[in-house]
This record gives sequence, structure tokens and C-alpha cells, in this order.
Amino acid sequence: MARTMAEKVWEEHVVRRAEGEPDLLYIDLHLVHEVTSPQAFEGLRLAGRGVRRPDLTVATEDHNVPTENVLGPIADKVSRTQIETLRKNASEFGVRLFPMGDIDQGIVHVVGPQMGLTQPGMTIVCGDSHTSTHGAFGALAFGIGTSQVEHVLATQTLPMTPFKTMAVTVEGELRPGVTAKDIILAVIAEIGTGGGQGHVIEYRGSAIRSLSMEARMTVCNMSIEAGARAGMIAPDETTFDYIQGRPHAPQGEQWDAAVAHWKSLRTDDEAEFDHEVVLRAEDIGPFVTWGTNPGQGVSLDAAVPAPSDFEDPSARAAAEKALAYMDLEAGTRMRDIAVDTVFLGSCTNGRIEDLRAAAEVIRGRKVADGVRMLVVPGSMRVKEQANAEGLGEVFTEAGAEWREAGCSMCLGMNPDQLKPGERSASTSNRNFEGRQGKGGRTHLVSPLVAAATAVRGTLSSPADL
Amino acid sequence: MEKFTVHTGRGAPLRAGNVDTDQIIPAVYLKRVARTGFEDGLFAAWRAADPEFVLNKEEFSGADVLIAGPDFGTGSSREHAVWALQDYGFKAVLSPRFADIFRGNSLKGGLLTVVLPQEVIERLWDMVEADPSTPITVDLVEREVRAPGVAEPFEIDDYTRWRLMEGLDDIALTLRHTDDIGAFEERRSPWLPVAQ
Repeated sequence: MARTMAEKVWEEHVVRRAEGEPDLLYIDLHLVHEVTSPQAFEGLRLAGRGVRRPDLTVATEDHNVPTENVLGPIADKVSRTQIETLRKNASEFGVRLFPMGDIDQGIVHVVGPQMGLTQPGMTIVCGDSHTSTHGAFGALAFGIGTSQVEHVLATQTLPMTPFKTMAVTVEGELRPGVTAKDIILAVIAEIGTGGGQGHVIEYRGSAIRSLSMEARMTVCNMSIEAGARAGMIAPDETTFDYIQGRPHAPQGEQWDAAVAHWKSLRTDDEAEFDHEVVLRAEDIGPFVTWGTNPGQGVSLDAAVPAPSDFEDPSARAAAEKALAYMDLEAGTRMRDIAVDTVFLGSCTNGRIEDLRAAAEVIRGRKVADGVRMLVVPGSMRVKEQANAEGLGEVFTEAGAEWREAGCSMCLGMNPDQLKPGERSASTSNRNFEGRQGKGGRTHLVSPLVAAATAVRGTLSSPADL
Repeated sequence: MEKFTVHTGRGAPLRAGNVDTDQIIPAVYLKRVARTGFEDGLFAAWRAADPEFVLNKEEFSGADVLIAGPDFGTGSSREHAVWALQDYGFKAVLSPRFADIFRGNSLKGGLLTVVLPQEVIERLWDMVEADPSTPITVDLVEREVRAPGVAEPFEIDDYTRWRLMEGLDDIALTLRHTDDIGAFEERRSPWLPVAQ
């Protein structure tokens, strides 16, 4: 029977199947961070259980970490305790940990791929919803809760009921200045924040195939914002080239065997998806959000919509509430919205290509008066690479702050936060109320729009400079 | 985990869709390493900012069935959202649609999440707003939600229902199949990465 890629990867990982029960799936890689793991390790301890496969488990410190003065102790006592708890748990249970200050430390979803731990056809989980990022390699990767983190630590498996499948096909060629971030924001606006519920999305089509590996990660990263459990892209030469030579990539004969297998994973021609959505690449422009969920987005060329534009009563009520929170008036041109903060970073857009793209726009220019720009690499390796290319200097000369690796201002858990009433253009993934700090207002944007916005002080694309 | 069979309680009407887990419990409360005591974080920003927020209203104090709009629990995978609802006293959440990870977390932890049609949710909203003492029954045995004039069936798979009714620990169930896991590990491809 013809099968989709998601179904093939699923089938390869079934440990046990029994009538009337969920499938027991084997997990190839378990990524761990400080926020969603302490209660899981404590659960193991209370039950007298160990970690079944510490060799398939990797931990990093990312959500709580400050992005300056990272070699000293964390000032916030509660954050410090959480980090120290992870260090203690990693050491007690024999899990490899990349702590602050380590060259391999960074955001969990940046670290896995850069080390070559993320490979096609694997099952990958993490107590973090943006685990969908790893699907860019053709892995089945999804976020889990803390109970499941404990379950994977103890058994290296998860009982799961199969997902439905959805194809999101983007055909054609992207216009200049349009990025992977714009694609995924347009997809979310199209299908809604619940549109992918219960599904694994496979992104297909010529526009997706032409994306770099890092751009593919940006697309898959935000699958969760469309409500999907996971996002996947078929592995191809772009994928293999990216993996080859990385520290954990297969070598020699193993490499050839792996590639042969990876090539067999693509969705069969006759396979059917439960749902299909088609977008034309040419129709997508720079995309920005105006509201308080990632589906509330429009083209940068458009204006803030009015609640009366929405037929559905709950969408209308949501728009009204969002405009009040965002302090925006319907009809305001998106380009006229002034920001006081620009955040470039996160597991969505904190990789080297994102920094290169933004630096290209900023080079020789200055961050506008009254605007604070934070540039936060997704990992210390990304920072090292950026510095080697002189990008750090480009940012600091423009007046931006060039920080150490971490989740930073994507979420209000570390010192990098918006103050009440502040407004940001942010390359992160969520514009929820208070997400970047209590009372803060977020516009989700691509790295190119972030950079141009930093220079002009209002939401802008590089073409506006 | 406590067993769940039939629960009768009072409803709290949360007339909002797309309630993300950052609203259910803001990130600042996630820094703790304990497993309990998250009730103070539940809807912390909304409770602080809006005196009219449902949980601030005297008449809904003690309500333990949350009646919410569609797409409840979107966003972050934080299981703290489930813990905060439970620590505050909620036994069940009713909504036309839940985000997948939140739903999975709730059913692991014994917070019963029930999908009901939008029109039933709206009837329940009207009913509990008119009379906050209206009894609402969530019956997992019969797979049915009942209120005066309402008897709405809901779907939940047999396995999850059984596990909740027995209050069973998922890990203990899986550990019965350790031999299968070991056999699977023997078959894994040799090129798969190890982290050490």
C-alpha cells in the first residue's frame, strides 16, 4: 500500500502493536532542557527507576539562561535552582549536558541539527513544542509534556495513537525578500492556529524543495503554531549535504547505507493525505502579525484589519480583544507601526543563515534612535561562526546588542523581556499576550523584516531602505 | 493518579477561544522544580488585570468544570498548564477543540478534557451564567456530559478511558513490555547516532 513519509517513519518505530491499544513507538533521540525535565527526573527517583538509554538522551540549558555574563552564577535564584537541578539530574542519571559557557550549548533545537544528531527517519522528542523543527530532515519529531518526558527517560518509548496526515504544497518561486518565515506565517494565517490539529504536516512543492536546510527548519519549527503535532520535509541532497561531516553523522559504509535508506522514506507517489492545502509561492510577500495569536497575520503591505472584517463571531471577538491588547487601530498601515524593540534569534530564526541575512541588511547602517535591537545566536557554535564571518561586528557597529546563546526574548523566562506596553518586531514564534514579558506586544517577522525594522523604527522590509 | 469515573460539579464559563498555555500559566511560574503548588499561576495575568475575569467572580468560586471556547491549550507543551488547573481544583475541561499536546498532557495526568460541539458549549455557558449553581456531570463511564436538559455523548478511546478509570500509571504499563523494547533495540540500524 502506498504510504506517506510520516507513516513510513511511524511503522519503522513500532515496538509493539495490540488491538485496542496505542502503538508503542521507539524514540531514537530525546532532547532535554531545564524547564520541563525536573519533575520527570524526580518521578524516576521516587519510583526507583533509571534512564533506559542515556546514550540517546542529550540535555542543554536554554530557556532560563541569561544572554550576558554567562560565566557567573545566574542572578535570579529560582532560575539558578532550575539550572542547578538539571546539572544534578544529568550527572546522577548519566545524561550528557551542554551547560552555559560550553561551546556546544545553545537552544535545544539548534544544537541537535548542528551536531548531526538529527537525521532523516528518526523519531525525536523533547519537552518543548518546537521539537517539530527537526522534521525538516524528514524525522518524525514532536513536543511532549513532562509525564511523557519521564516515560521516555524510563522506557525510551511512548504509547501513541497514529496522527492524520496533511500535505501543504507550496509551488513556484519565492519573490526576492520573501523567506521561509513568511511562508509559514502565511500557511498559519491560511489554515488557522487549529488547522493542523491531530495532523503531521508534510511540506512539499518546488518552493519547499528549493529552501536551504536552515530555512526548512524555520518552516517546520512553526508547524505547532498551525496546531499540527509535527512538520516534515522529504530528505534530499540538500539534507544529506548538510548532515555529512557533522560530529554524529554516519561515516564510510554506514553513510552509504544510511543515505540509501533515507532516500526510501519519501512519500509514495500514490499515497493519499487526509488533507491537502496548496499555496503559490508568488502570492506570498513579507508577512507580519498584528494580533495575539500567530494566525492573526497579514502581508506587510496591508493594514490592521477591523473586527468587522471577520464573519465568524469568535474570530471577530478574538480580533477585538487582540487589537485592544496590542493597542492598535483598525486601518493603520502595518508599515506605520513603530516598535521600540527588535529581537533577532530563537529556535525559529537564530541560525547562521538568519544572522547572515539580517547582517546583510544592517551592514553600514544604524539601528534607529529609540530602538533596542537584541541579536541572540541560537547556539554558541552559531556565535563562533558569526564572529568568524565578522557578523558580530556588523551588529555591534550598527548599535545592536550581540549576546550569548539562549532562548532569550522568545519567552519571558530569563532577563531578556519586554516591559509592559513595549512593542517588538520579533523573529520568534509566538505573539501571545505577555509572551515576551508581561504587558509586552509582539509582531512576528522574518529576519529580513526585523533588520529593516531596526533601521527604520517602523515595520519595514529591506526594499523600504 | 486518582481514578476518574463520574464527576458532578459546577461550571466556570470561559468565553474565549484560542486560550494558549502562556495564558493558562505564564512562563515565569515554570521556573519551579516542584510538581505541585501551581494554583497561584493559573491565568495569573488575566486574574490580575481583569476584575471581571471569570475566576475573579464570587459566584464561580469553587467551580471545578471549566467550560472553554475552541482551541484550548494551544502553544507551549508545558504540562504545568494541566497541573495549574488541577491544583486550582478543576477536574474537567470542556471545549469544542483542544490543542494536541495539551490534550495528551491532561489525559496523562487525570484532568479529563472533553470535546463537545460549540452549540452545547454555548448552552452550558448560558446556563451557568444564569445560575452558577447548575450541576454539571462529566460521566466517563457512560461517556456523557449531563446538565439540566443536556445529555451530550462524547468520544474518548477505550484505552484512555480504561486507564483513567483505573488511575493507571502509563510507565508501569509500558514496563510490562521491556522484552519487546529490548528486541526492538537489537534491530535498530547501526548508523543511528548516539549522544555519548
